[in-house]
Amino acid sequence: MDGRLPAQSRSDRGALASAEFPPGAAAAMTMSQRVNGALRRVPTWPVYAIGGAVPLYYFYLGLTGGLGPEPVKALEHALGLLALQMLVAVLAVTPLRDLTGVSLVKFRRALGLLVAYFVTWHLGVWFFLDVQFLGAVWEDITKRPYITIGMLGFVLLIPLAATSTNRAIRKMGPLAWRRLHRLTYAVALLGAVHFVMASKTWATEPLVYLGVICGLLIYRLRPFLAGRSAARA
Amino acid sequence: MAGRYKSDLKWSDVTPKTDWLNRRQIMAGAGALGLGAIAGPALAAFDPVPSAFSTDEEPNSFEDITSYNNFYEFGTGKEDPKRNAGALVSEPWSVEIGGLVDKPGNYDFDDLLAGQTLEERIYRFRCVEAWSSVVPWVGFELKDLLDRVGVQPGAKYVAFETAVQPQAMVGVQRGVFDFPYLEGLRMDEAMHPLTILAVGVYDEPMPNQKGAPIRLVVPWKYGFKSIKSIVRITLTEEQPVASWNRAQPREYGFYSNVNPERDHPRWSQATERRIGQGLFARRIPTLMFNGYGDEVASMYAGMDLINEFF
Repeated sequence: MDGRLPAQSRSDRGALASAEFPPGAAAAMTMSQRVNGALRRVPTWPVYAIGGAVPLYYFYLGLTGGLGPEPVKALEHALGLLALQMLVAVLAVTPLRDLTGVSLVKFRRALGLLVAYFVTWHLGVWFFLDVQFLGAVWEDITKRPYITIGMLGFVLLIPLAATSTNRAIRKMGPLAWRRLHRLTYAVALLGAVHFVMASKTWATEPLVYLGVICGLLIYRLRPFLAGRSAARA
Repeated sequence: MAGRYKSDLKWSDVTPKTDWLNRRQIMAGAGALGLGAIAGPALAAFDPVPSAFSTDEEPNSFEDITSYNNFYEFGTGKEDPKRNAGALVSEPWSVEIGGLVDKPGNYDFDDLLAGQTLEERIYRFRCVEAWSSVVPWVGFELKDLLDRVGVQPGAKYVAFETAVQPQAMVGVQRGVFDFPYLEGLRMDEAMHPLTILAVGVYDEPMPNQKGAPIRLVVPWKYGFKSIKSIVRITLTEEQPVASWNRAQPREYGFYSNVNPERDHPRWSQATERRIGQGLFARRIPTLMFNGYGDEVASMYAGMDLINEFF
């Protein structure tokens, strides 16, 4: 993903644009460069700190009546939604860089680990506060397709979180690591489908998440589609 | 008895606030009825008589009961009805009673209550989503109304319909469901003494988000059978359409009696969580017919309540 192809297409676009609209294009380049320059000075630890604190804050709200008369479901749903939002953010990093030049790549690992962190919370609340009985948990996983799908998404997250260190990347080699981390696409799809299936009706919100995630995944298929049409031409 | 309602006063003090929010509704009522009609209903206390059908379980607070609701006309979130139902115009209100009855007609809200002794019925309320509450309803038996309008011999079912007020109902505007909301009961269910038309909770007029001004309560069935804000009651020979049954027949049956043995396809119905018990509330076992089996089980003798008549 971080290889030469996107970079090349970006510079092509830049060359084309500067031929037609030199001042505007120059300003645009400066703008994204300026943003990237500023982002370089931002450390990643606040992402971990803020993201790490959010579930604790929700938990506190649940304890103190801030999540309404049924705080268990409210907490469970809020945590699941956070995980899905982080997945969207992770998947948006590459298109954002391609389309605007602004690169959030240095934050992507933190965002990805937050996905795993929020999903773990989501599961923990479901397990300990919602379902409460171990037998019922196993029954839910095996008998309820939306829970089976959600659980599969969680299982696929484990190798991703486990290989999130620099050492793991070195050990695996960047190619194998990148191939493994394409599991993110499956996780995102499973998460969105889990959300849609958990709703009582065809509610709008889950369908919007599913639509956005499908859009972000289709974006990744573009090189293949472009390659095929280039071959035809 | 007296001790149980110690906290009510607090919520009685709070409730008028929702009336302030309904200023538009009051103005609309003023336009239709003239100023004289305004003061009466807003201040009315029902002063209901107690009932032997009430549970001695602790009722949920007024706040719990009115801030966690399913009323899709006002949005699909649990907090949406409280947030959005202020726009419901519940005055004036009338219910069109028709079909196989001797005295069909458009019955004004006050007319429906005329001659009825209002009772307090503290019932367990079990939602199909596996949460539950205990609600002190104020109402009267549906049978009393049906007897008044005269049920004809051919009638086998009672169909109910909820109001559709597109300007007031964001859920209707967004088309989140196939409105109007419809429900139905078999005649013996409708005539059962546990089945009531409720016009209040905690001796307050029915809050909008709870189905103002008049709604059905059938305590041994999942909550969605207890249709809100009723504008039409029709006695029929054929089994009427029920909205959730029509939307997802595999998940929601026409009968929808509370049944811990029959799982919803997507979750277990064996246990439930009482609202208002906090983050560490233990699940409690769900009872067959929501604990009203002694009163209602005989109506379903010989019926397969798992596969056929769920």
